[in-house]
Amino acid sequence: MSNTATGGRKIELWVGVLVLGGLLSLGFLAFEVGNFDNARVRDGYRVYADFQNIGGLTLRAPVAVAGVRIGQVTGITLSRDSFNARVELTIARRYDNLPVDSSASIFTKGLLGAQYVGLEPGFDEELLGDGDEIEFTNSSVVLEQLIGELLFSKAEEAAE
Amino acid sequence: MNALAAIGRFTLGGVYHLGRCGVFLCTMLAVISHAWRRFALVVRQLYFAGVMTLLITLVAGLFVGMVLSLQGYYTLVNYGGESALGLLVALSLTRELGPVLAAVLFTGRAGSAITAEIGLMKATDQLAAMEMMATDPVARVVVPRFVAGVLAVPILTLLFNVVGVLGGYYVGTVQLGVDSGVYWASMQNGVDVFEDIGNGIIKSFVFGFVVSWIMVFEGCDTEPTAEGISRATTRTVVVGSLSVLGLDYILTALMYGGIS
Repeated sequence: MSNTATGGRKIELWVGVLVLGGLLSLGFLAFEVGNFDNARVRDGYRVYADFQNIGGLTLRAPVAVAGVRIGQVTGITLSRDSFNARVELTIARRYDNLPVDSSASIFTKGLLGAQYVGLEPGFDEELLGDGDEIEFTNSSVVLEQLIGELLFSKAEEAAE
Repeated sequence: MNALAAIGRFTLGGVYHLGRCGVFLCTMLAVISHAWRRFALVVRQLYFAGVMTLLITLVAGLFVGMVLSLQGYYTLVNYGGESALGLLVALSLTRELGPVLAAVLFTGRAGSAITAEIGLMKATDQLAAMEMMATDPVARVVVPRFVAGVLAVPILTLLFNVVGVLGGYYVGTVQLGVDSGVYWASMQNGVDVFEDIGNGIIKSFVFGFVVSWIMVFEGCDTEPTAEGISRATTRTVVVGSLSVLGLDYILTALMYGGIS
């Protein structure tokens, strides 16, 4: 590219700076601001779990084993016949060694934090695969219910 | 009766304008390959449109990020949620404010200049002279400016986002005392590369396309008088900015609005 065509070296230099700055920004946004883990998790394998009550669980909530994030919630539907919440969990492929008798519970980070699905690995030889269902589930603890039960039992104690 | 005719004239004028706008886009896209055949022209326009808008974009991005951080903090701290400050700043910037404000700034800084430039070329018969010399003014003058605009807006948006995030980081951690690790962690946990950043880039390409289209069209559609040029320049800024804001709502509704 001749110098006269673009109008000199200064222009080329500055446009180079602009384009390079744009590419660096893209890299910064992708690796520092965003997180490629989310994208990597998305093409993992899917398992399903039925809960009686999911509380405030939302899409994209983390799935964790021993506190380590291994996947995310990718779907929440209501089962038509049992009226249970059916939660689709997508788990990264490198964690493909979860036993089939693992159990899933819904926990809350801190007292009022966001909710997540915690998995407790079981002991079976057979492993969970794509499309499998987790049979043992614990529903989320609904704080209002807990307080209600506490008040109720206290009232009963007082009556005796 | 006169009022009725005025309404009719207004409507027809609008329809004609819109029609010319559409036809103009088609004639431009028909010769868009010239941009690659003579890429040096695009580089030159990228300098005038992109590099010259760089400073205003960076300064604006810095202050927008800082204000977002400051204002977000005062809202979040009431609920003890200041740990989500990084997420608030990053999501607001990558999804909405970055693409929209960069495109609006581009319209004001570069769009108006290019409209005036092409308009003056038309008023002084430079475009007609080019045609006399068997050079297609659309391919030689319009296409490089259009392509440069489409490329410049996404680049400026990315830079705007980065500077904004860093500005928000400075205010949030140094001045307001949010932990710096928490700021980055909440950002990285919540910002999705494709869903948030990717959609923001798609948005900025759409805005770049529309704004560049409007600026070159208004330039070529100028009434060849001094008043006509000033009117065309104003129209570029007004119509360009409003279309960006309106399109942003539509794109946001399409990308994130669905209840999944």
